[in-house]
Amino acid sequence: MKIVVNGDPTEFDGTTLTDLLKVLGHGTAKVATAVNEAFVAAAARDTHTLEPGDRVEIVAPRQGG
Amino acid sequence: MPFFYGTEIASRLMLGTAQYPSPAILADAFKRSGAGVATVSIRREAGGERAGQDFWDLIRDLNVQVLPNTAGCHSVREAVTTAQMARELFDTRWIKLEVIGHADTLQPDPFGLVEAARILTEDGFQVFPYCTEDLVLCDRLLSAGCGVLMPWGAPIGTGLGLNNIYGLRSLRAHFPDVPMVIDAGLGLPSQAAQAMEMGFDAVLLNTAVAKAGDPAAMAEGFAKAVEAGTLARRADPMEPRDMAAPSTPVLGKAFLE
Repeated sequence: MKIVVNGDPTEFDGTTLTDLLKVLGHGTAKVATAVNEAFVAAAARDTHTLEPGDRVEIVAPRQGG
Repeated sequence: MPFFYGTEIASRLMLGTAQYPSPAILADAFKRSGAGVATVSIRREAGGERAGQDFWDLIRDLNVQVLPNTAGCHSVREAVTTAQMARELFDTRWIKLEVIGHADTLQPDPFGLVEAARILTEDGFQVFPYCTEDLVLCDRLLSAGCGVLMPWGAPIGTGLGLNNIYGLRSLRAHFPDVPMVIDAGLGLPSQAAQAMEMGFDAVLLNTAVAKAGDPAAMAEGFAKAVEAGTLARRADPMEPRDMAAPSTPVLGKAFLE
Protein backbone atom coordinates (compact mmCIF):
# COMPACT_ATOMS: atom_id res chain seq x y z
CA MET A 1 0.00 0.00 0.00
CA LYS A 2 1.01 3.59 -0.45
CA ILE A 3 1.57 5.70 2.63
CA VAL A 4 3.46 8.93 3.33
CA VAL A 5 6.45 8.83 5.69
CA ASN A 6 7.95 12.12 6.82
CA GLY A 7 6.44 13.77 3.78
CA ASP A 8 7.71 11.22 1.25
CA PRO A 9 5.40 8.81 -0.64
CA THR A 10 6.38 5.30 0.46
CA GLU A 11 5.35 1.79 -0.62
CA PHE A 12 4.76 -0.39 2.46
CA ASP A 13 3.91 -4.10 2.49
CA GLY A 14 3.64 -4.61 6.27
CA THR A 15 0.79 -4.15 8.70
CA THR A 16 1.71 -2.26 11.85
CA LEU A 17 3.68 0.82 12.78
CA THR A 18 6.28 -1.44 14.37
CA ASP A 19 6.64 -3.26 11.02
CA LEU A 20 7.23 0.07 9.28
CA LEU A 21 9.94 1.14 11.71
CA LYS A 22 11.74 -2.17 11.19
CA VAL A 23 11.50 -1.95 7.41
CA LEU A 24 12.85 1.60 7.41
CA GLY A 25 15.80 0.63 9.60
CA HIS A 26 14.92 2.43 12.80
CA GLY A 27 15.34 -0.72 14.86
CA THR A 28 15.70 0.31 18.49
CA ALA A 29 16.49 3.95 17.65
CA LYS A 30 15.21 6.70 19.94
CA VAL A 31 12.24 7.92 17.87
CA ALA A 32 8.68 9.04 18.47
CA THR A 33 5.79 8.59 16.07
CA ALA A 34 2.54 10.15 14.93
CA VAL A 35 0.00 8.94 12.38
CA ASN A 36 -2.33 11.37 10.66
CA GLU A 37 -1.22 14.15 13.04
CA ALA A 38 -2.06 12.09 16.16
CA PHE A 39 0.63 10.84 18.56
CA VAL A 40 1.12 7.07 18.69
CA ALA A 41 2.99 5.98 21.80
CA ALA A 42 5.79 3.45 21.51
CA ALA A 43 3.73 0.96 23.50
CA ALA A 44 0.92 1.18 20.94
CA ARG A 45 2.99 0.66 17.79
CA ASP A 46 2.62 -3.13 17.78
CA THR A 47 -1.15 -2.87 17.56
CA HIS A 48 -1.42 0.26 15.42
CA THR A 49 -2.43 -0.96 11.96
CA LEU A 50 -1.55 1.31 9.07
CA GLU A 51 -4.02 2.06 6.29
CA PRO A 52 -3.43 3.20 2.70
CA GLY A 53 -2.89 6.95 2.58
CA ASP A 54 -1.78 7.22 6.20
CA ARG A 55 0.66 10.01 6.97
CA VAL A 56 3.37 8.85 9.34
CA GLU A 57 5.80 11.11 11.16
CA ILE A 58 8.97 9.68 12.70
CA VAL A 59 10.99 12.12 14.80
CA ALA A 60 14.06 12.10 17.01
CA PRO A 61 15.81 14.52 19.40
CA ARG A 62 17.38 17.59 17.80
CA GLN A 63 18.91 20.93 18.69
CA GLY A 64 16.39 23.57 19.76
CA GLY A 65 16.13 27.04 21.17
CA MET B 1 17.43 29.55 42.83
CA PRO B 2 13.85 29.65 41.51
CA PHE B 3 11.58 26.61 41.43
CA PHE B 4 9.74 25.67 38.26
CA TYR B 5 6.91 23.25 38.97
CA GLY B 6 8.60 22.20 42.18
CA THR B 7 12.03 21.68 40.63
CA GLU B 8 14.83 24.03 41.66
CA ILE B 9 16.92 25.04 38.66
CA ALA B 10 20.70 25.15 38.97
CA SER B 11 21.14 28.55 37.34
CA ARG B 12 19.07 31.54 36.29
CA LEU B 13 20.60 31.23 32.83
CA MET B 14 18.89 28.78 30.48
CA LEU B 15 20.46 27.98 27.13
CA GLY B 16 19.27 26.69 23.78
CA THR B 17 21.20 24.00 21.93
CA ALA B 18 20.79 25.13 18.31
CA GLN B 19 23.07 26.87 15.81
CA TYR B 20 26.43 26.21 17.50
CA PRO B 21 29.42 25.78 15.17
CA SER B 22 30.06 22.28 16.54
CA PRO B 23 28.94 19.89 19.30
CA ALA B 24 32.21 20.53 21.11
CA ILE B 25 31.60 24.28 21.16
CA LEU B 26 28.06 23.68 22.38
CA ALA B 27 29.38 21.59 25.26
CA ASP B 28 32.03 24.21 26.08
CA ALA B 29 29.43 26.99 26.08
CA PHE B 30 27.25 25.07 28.51
CA LYS B 31 30.20 24.35 30.75
CA ARG B 32 31.24 27.99 30.97
CA SER B 33 27.69 29.27 31.32
CA GLY B 34 26.78 27.04 34.23
CA ALA B 35 23.33 26.76 32.68
CA GLY B 36 21.13 24.19 34.34
CA VAL B 37 18.43 23.94 31.70
CA ALA B 38 18.86 23.15 27.99
CA THR B 39 16.11 23.60 25.44
CA VAL B 40 15.86 20.89 22.81
CA SER B 41 13.55 20.00 19.96
CA ILE B 42 12.40 17.11 17.79
CA ARG B 43 12.69 16.75 14.04
CA ARG B 44 12.13 14.12 11.36
CA GLU B 45 14.63 11.30 11.22
CA ALA B 46 15.35 8.75 8.49
CA GLY B 47 16.07 5.10 9.26
CA GLY B 48 19.68 4.46 10.23
CA GLU B 49 20.42 8.18 10.53
CA ARG B 50 21.21 8.06 14.28
CA ALA B 51 21.46 11.86 14.44
CA GLY B 52 18.88 11.88 17.18
CA GLN B 53 20.75 9.36 19.30
CA ASP B 54 24.06 11.20 18.80
CA PHE B 55 22.49 14.49 19.87
CA TRP B 56 20.80 12.85 22.84
CA ASP B 57 24.12 11.38 23.97
CA LEU B 58 25.67 14.86 23.83
CA ILE B 59 22.85 16.39 25.88
CA ARG B 60 22.95 13.67 28.52
CA ASP B 61 26.64 14.35 29.02
CA LEU B 62 25.84 17.99 29.85
CA ASN B 63 23.99 16.80 32.97
CA VAL B 64 21.32 19.50 32.71
CA GLN B 65 17.53 19.58 32.95
CA VAL B 66 16.01 19.24 29.48
CA LEU B 67 13.20 21.51 28.29
CA PRO B 68 11.77 20.30 24.95
CA ASN B 69 10.06 22.85 22.73
CA THR B 70 7.34 22.87 20.10
CA ALA B 71 9.26 25.26 17.86
CA GLY B 72 7.83 25.80 14.41
CA CYS B 73 4.29 24.76 15.31
CA HIS B 74 1.59 27.04 13.96
CA SER B 75 -1.53 25.19 15.10
CA VAL B 76 -2.84 23.84 18.39
CA ARG B 77 -3.01 20.27 17.13
CA GLU B 78 0.51 20.40 15.74
CA ALA B 79 1.85 21.77 19.04
CA VAL B 80 -0.04 19.21 21.14
CA THR B 81 1.13 16.25 19.05
CA THR B 82 4.70 17.58 19.04
CA ALA B 83 4.59 17.95 22.82
CA GLN B 84 3.34 14.41 23.23
CA MET B 85 6.13 13.04 21.04
CA ALA B 86 8.69 15.14 22.94
CA ARG B 87 7.46 13.88 26.30
CA GLU B 88 8.03 10.31 25.23
CA LEU B 89 11.44 11.01 23.70
CA PHE B 90 12.85 13.09 26.52
CA ASP B 91 10.93 11.50 29.38
CA THR B 92 9.86 14.82 30.92
CA ARG B 93 6.56 16.55 31.60
CA TRP B 94 8.16 19.94 30.93
CA ILE B 95 7.32 21.52 27.58
CA LYS B 96 8.25 24.91 26.20
CA LEU B 97 5.05 25.62 24.35
CA GLU B 98 5.36 27.61 21.14
CA VAL B 99 2.34 28.25 18.94
CA ILE B 100 3.51 30.71 16.33
CA GLY B 101 0.99 33.17 14.96
CA HIS B 102 3.05 35.26 12.56
CA ALA B 103 5.72 33.92 10.23
CA ASP B 104 7.84 37.08 10.03
CA THR B 105 7.96 38.07 13.69
CA LEU B 106 7.46 34.55 15.13
CA GLN B 107 5.01 36.26 17.46
CA PRO B 108 3.02 33.77 19.54
CA ASP B 109 -0.60 33.10 18.59
CA PRO B 110 -2.25 34.07 21.91
CA PHE B 111 -5.51 32.26 21.18
CA GLY B 112 -3.89 29.01 20.11
CA LEU B 113 -1.39 29.25 22.94
CA VAL B 114 -4.07 29.35 25.64
CA GLU B 115 -6.00 26.49 24.05
CA ALA B 116 -2.89 24.32 23.67
CA ALA B 117 -1.77 25.14 27.21
CA ARG B 118 -5.12 24.00 28.60
CA ILE B 119 -5.07 20.74 26.62
CA LEU B 120 -1.52 19.94 27.62
CA THR B 121 -2.02 20.82 31.28
CA GLU B 122 -5.04 18.53 31.42
CA ASP B 123 -2.85 15.84 29.84
CA GLY B 124 -0.34 16.14 32.67
CA PHE B 125 2.22 18.45 31.10
CA GLN B 126 4.00 21.24 32.95
CA VAL B 127 3.80 24.04 30.43
CA PHE B 128 6.33 26.83 29.88
CA PRO B 129 4.46 29.08 27.42
CA TYR B 130 6.47 31.28 25.08
CA CYS B 131 4.24 34.35 25.17
CA THR B 132 4.14 38.08 24.77
CA GLU B 133 4.10 40.43 27.77
CA ASP B 134 0.34 40.98 27.33
CA LEU B 135 -1.28 41.02 30.78
CA VAL B 136 -4.57 39.52 29.69
CA LEU B 137 -2.89 36.73 27.76
CA CYS B 138 -0.68 35.88 30.72
CA ASP B 139 -3.67 35.89 33.06
CA ARG B 140 -5.44 33.41 30.73
CA LEU B 141 -2.36 31.23 30.58
CA LEU B 142 -2.25 31.08 34.37
CA SER B 143 -5.95 30.21 34.41
CA ALA B 144 -5.24 27.46 31.88
CA GLY B 145 -2.87 25.88 34.38
CA CYS B 146 0.53 27.32 33.53
CA GLY B 147 2.82 27.63 36.55
CA VAL B 148 5.55 29.51 34.71
CA LEU B 149 5.40 32.33 32.15
CA MET B 150 7.99 32.99 29.46
CA PRO B 151 7.40 36.42 27.96
CA TRP B 152 9.57 37.43 25.04
CA GLY B 153 12.07 40.25 25.31
CA ALA B 154 11.96 40.73 21.55
CA PRO B 155 11.25 38.47 18.55
CA ILE B 156 13.30 35.26 18.42
CA GLY B 157 16.78 35.69 17.04
CA THR B 158 16.72 39.48 16.82
CA GLY B 159 19.00 40.38 19.72
CA LEU B 160 17.02 43.56 20.29
CA GLY B 161 16.80 43.12 24.04
CA LEU B 162 13.80 44.13 26.13
CA ASN B 163 11.54 45.86 23.63
CA ASN B 164 8.70 46.81 25.95
CA ILE B 165 10.06 47.78 29.33
CA TYR B 166 6.76 49.17 30.53
CA GLY B 167 4.86 46.02 29.57
CA LEU B 168 7.39 43.70 31.17
CA ARG B 169 7.55 45.78 34.36
CA SER B 170 3.78 45.81 34.53
CA LEU B 171 3.62 42.04 34.03
CA ARG B 172 6.20 41.43 36.74
CA ALA B 173 4.31 43.70 39.14
CA HIS B 174 0.90 42.15 38.48
CA PHE B 175 2.04 38.58 39.09
CA PRO B 176 4.83 38.92 41.66
CA ASP B 177 4.72 35.28 42.74
CA VAL B 178 4.67 33.64 39.30
CA PRO B 179 8.05 32.35 38.08
CA MET B 180 8.89 34.24 34.89
CA VAL B 181 11.61 33.70 32.32
CA ILE B 182 12.53 36.25 29.67
CA ASP B 183 12.60 34.05 26.59
CA ALA B 184 13.96 35.21 23.26
CA GLY B 185 15.27 38.43 21.81
CA LEU B 186 18.31 38.93 24.04
CA GLY B 187 21.52 39.80 22.25
CA LEU B 188 23.88 41.08 24.92
CA PRO B 189 24.68 40.24 28.55
CA SER B 190 23.69 43.77 29.62
CA GLN B 191 20.13 42.99 28.47
CA ALA B 192 20.10 39.85 30.60
CA ALA B 193 21.32 41.86 33.57
CA GLN B 194 18.51 44.34 32.98
CA ALA B 195 15.94 41.52 33.00
CA MET B 196 17.25 40.26 36.32
CA GLU B 197 17.33 43.78 37.78
CA MET B 198 13.64 44.03 36.87
CA GLY B 199 12.92 40.97 38.97
CA PHE B 200 12.56 38.23 36.40
CA ASP B 201 13.56 34.81 37.64
CA ALA B 202 15.68 33.65 34.71
CA VAL B 203 16.53 34.27 31.08
CA LEU B 204 16.50 31.83 28.20
CA LEU B 205 18.59 32.50 25.12
CA ASN B 206 20.23 30.72 22.26
CA THR B 207 21.24 32.80 19.25
CA ALA B 208 23.16 35.41 21.25
CA VAL B 209 25.54 32.73 22.44
CA ALA B 210 25.56 30.30 19.52
CA LYS B 211 26.13 33.02 16.89
CA ALA B 212 28.77 34.94 18.83
CA GLY B 213 32.30 34.80 17.48
CA ASP B 214 33.31 32.97 20.66
CA PRO B 215 30.19 31.22 21.97
CA ALA B 216 31.81 29.90 25.14
CA ALA B 217 33.09 33.34 26.14
CA MET B 218 29.71 34.89 25.44
CA ALA B 219 28.04 32.18 27.51
CA GLU B 220 30.27 33.06 30.44
CA GLY B 221 29.54 36.76 29.87
CA PHE B 222 25.81 36.07 30.11
CA ALA B 223 26.31 34.01 33.26
CA LYS B 224 28.15 36.87 34.95
CA ALA B 225 25.55 39.39 33.79
CA VAL B 226 22.73 37.26 35.20
CA GLU B 227 24.59 37.02 38.49
CA ALA B 228 25.22 40.79 38.52
CA GLY B 229 21.59 41.59 37.77
CA THR B 230 20.38 39.21 40.46
CA LEU B 231 22.69 40.74 43.05
CA ALA B 232 21.55 44.22 42.09
CA ARG B 233 17.90 43.26 42.45
CA ARG B 234 18.51 41.82 45.91
CA ALA B 235 20.51 44.90 46.93
CA ASP B 236 17.42 47.13 46.63
CA PRO B 237 18.56 49.69 44.04
CA MET B 238 18.25 53.43 44.60
CA GLU B 239 15.31 55.28 43.09
CA PRO B 240 16.23 57.33 40.01
CA ARG B 241 15.53 61.09 40.22
CA ASP B 242 15.49 63.96 37.78
CA MET B 243 17.55 66.52 39.71
CA ALA B 244 21.21 66.16 40.55
CA ALA B 245 22.20 65.49 44.14
CA PRO B 246 25.85 65.87 45.18
CA SER B 247 27.39 62.70 46.48
CA THR B 248 30.35 64.51 48.06
CA PRO B 249 29.40 66.38 51.27
CA VAL B 250 28.94 70.12 50.69
CA LEU B 251 29.58 70.98 54.33
CA GLY B 252 33.23 71.80 54.99
CA LYS B 253 34.16 72.67 51.45
CA ALA B 254 36.99 75.24 51.34
CA PHE B 255 35.75 78.68 50.38
CA LEU B 256 37.98 79.77 47.49
CA GLU B 257 37.42 82.89 45.42
